[in-house]
Amino acid sequence: MSTAVAAPRGQRRWMSLLARWETLLVLALIGLIALGTTLSPFFLTAGNFSNLIAALMEVAIMAMPMTLIIVAGEIDLSVESMAGLSSAILGFLWGAGVPLWVGIPVVLFVGALGGLLNGLIVARGGLPSLVVTLGTLALFRGMALIVLGPRGVSDFPSAFTELGFGHVPGTLIPWPFVVFLGLALLLGIVLHRTWIGRQVFAIGKNADTARFSGVRVTRVRVSLFVLSGVIASLAGVILTSRLSSARADAGSGMTLTVATVVLLGGVNIFGGSGTIPGVALAVLCVAVMQNALRLANVTVEVQSIALGLLLILSVVIPNFAHQAKSAVDRVRGGRPPPTDSVPHGEAALS
Amino acid sequence: MADTSAMAAPGAIQTRGSWVSVFARQRELSLIAIMVVLGALVSIVAPQFLTLSNLTAVAALASIYAVAAVGEALVIITRNIDLSVEAMIGVVAYCVASILERHVLDAPAAIGIGIGIGLALGMANGVIVTLLRVPSIVATLGTLSIFRGLDYVIAGSHQVALAGLPPGFTDPARTNLMGFLPVFVLVALVVVVLGTVVLRSTRFGRQVYAVGSNPEAAAILGIPARLVEFVAFSVCGLLAGVAGVMWVMFFGTINGTAGTGIVLSIIAAVVVGGVSTLGGSGTIAGAALGALFLGFTANALPLVGLSQFWLQAIYGLVILVAVSADAVILRRLQRATAERRAR
Repeated sequence: MSTAVAAPRGQRRWMSLLARWETLLVLALIGLIALGTTLSPFFLTAGNFSNLIAALMEVAIMAMPMTLIIVAGEIDLSVESMAGLSSAILGFLWGAGVPLWVGIPVVLFVGALGGLLNGLIVARGGLPSLVVTLGTLALFRGMALIVLGPRGVSDFPSAFTELGFGHVPGTLIPWPFVVFLGLALLLGIVLHRTWIGRQVFAIGKNADTARFSGVRVTRVRVSLFVLSGVIASLAGVILTSRLSSARADAGSGMTLTVATVVLLGGVNIFGGSGTIPGVALAVLCVAVMQNALRLANVTVEVQSIALGLLLILSVVIPNFAHQAKSAVDRVRGGRPPPTDSVPHGEAALS
Repeated sequence: MADTSAMAAPGAIQTRGSWVSVFARQRELSLIAIMVVLGALVSIVAPQFLTLSNLTAVAALASIYAVAAVGEALVIITRNIDLSVEAMIGVVAYCVASILERHVLDAPAAIGIGIGIGLALGMANGVIVTLLRVPSIVATLGTLSIFRGLDYVIAGSHQVALAGLPPGFTDPARTNLMGFLPVFVLVALVVVVLGTVVLRSTRFGRQVYAVGSNPEAAAILGIPARLVEFVAFSVCGLLAGVAGVMWVMFFGTINGTAGTGIVLSIIAAVVVGGVSTLGGSGTIAGAALGALFLGFTANALPLVGLSQFWLQAIYGLVILVAVSADAVILRRLQRATAERRAR
């Protein structure tokens, strides 16, 4: 898992740090599973795992394109609203008698348009994505409310709700998990194995350098936001299916969880580093942790405290590890590692 | 974008230049102008908009957001962000209400404790960002869930009702001084004036802009950047505490969810007020006016026949228009500066 997902060449030290972060996540995962097993005999049953995974899948699916966007040095806060808009339009169309095989492509297309809007304002206008997507976070949610209002649409056919609710025949693997795995595999290969991925890393490290090296920065950025819009829209469809109900407020508050998962996965908030396997592992860790805490009768409120602490620790630990490492290097008389190669180094918010 | 420092001087107007450029550079003036024009239009359609009772009620609510927005603006000018403001407001609001309900302390002491809690939470943010070196967006994303979780744990499912508060405690939210000036607006004004004086006329104020516009240069100049950032986060917490107390007075009924989701409105107010999220530019008064603008927009919508559902969409558009305008003005300014240098 570690070296197989090599970041750009010539970054050996950096790679080993990343590898260590993923190792840490694997250890955390094993520890959490062990903890869960001691808490309840039902923890290790397939049925339980199936449940704990299903509840987090929309977040996990949106986290995949978010990983690419954050690696490229941007952020998309509007994903939760796009999921809501997608749910609202799907419900509206279904309520108006439009069949789902028309409705779903329409909704995905709207997702692409929303992403295009984000991408064009950010990449063409040169505006900070944090503010632009804050604006579209409100805009898309508002559009969802305008389309569907306060009502919910819930008379979907069972074939559709099966998509979010059901399992792969003969197993207990939920369908959304299959979507997540496919997406993780696809985007993992794109990010870590193709020239597109290398361009994404290059832009995240230094957009100007990337531009002078012939990377079409604007095009890559716009494409990433379009991807994020489509996938957020897909997450909205899955959410609608899993809850058997289309609502304008679907997905409220999910962006924070998506961002938390991505950062827990070791992605640098300022871009330039991060891996898809790391984020996938973080998804599993969070799912297992939430479930273990639930079995231990820890309330949802305390779980949110745990998640927040985990997020902060995910930066503090590598920072201290890095400091300790450079101290050791200095004692040995070695050259200290360049400061900009810390996965979670401090940098300016820009 | 490196030239944001060109706009750093708060409230600096070039003496020469047309009216248009004055308005373009002065976000405060243009916001006031837009509010007056829109207010006039709305009052033609809905005369009840321009009544004293309506205006004071809206301004009182907007003042809570304005106080929080001033703290957020301070943090954003240092090139950081604080996403945990709403959770700090929530914790303070519940703690104050709960203390009063149990008659542990009298009102002034409870208010003091509430503001103190806000300050403590803000200092916690400051420590995590400056001492532990966690990027502020990550740190405050974390403390947003931690503080809100604390709020839920403290409150449980309990709700403090209006009847549980001492009689007269909520009066300031509805009192107008001299018949027209709501107490809350006065509080916001004091905060804005104090903040403006500190930012414009003190060494600390200059350091805030210096740290925000160019951290490396600030460090070379010997400015204690981390101390400045720590103070900014602490003041942001303190003002969230003030806003939390105002929240109790305004709403009266408080549970563990008070303030959920309002951080977006607060940041929107700051952005609409002309504070750049890239740091180093913008004014306190702009942020407060941004809050006032959003408050009046929310009030005017139903009056002109648009449902509340349009509010979110319009907020979103306002944010996009505001940041786009900033970018256009910035580019014009940079081009003008370049031309002047070329001559």
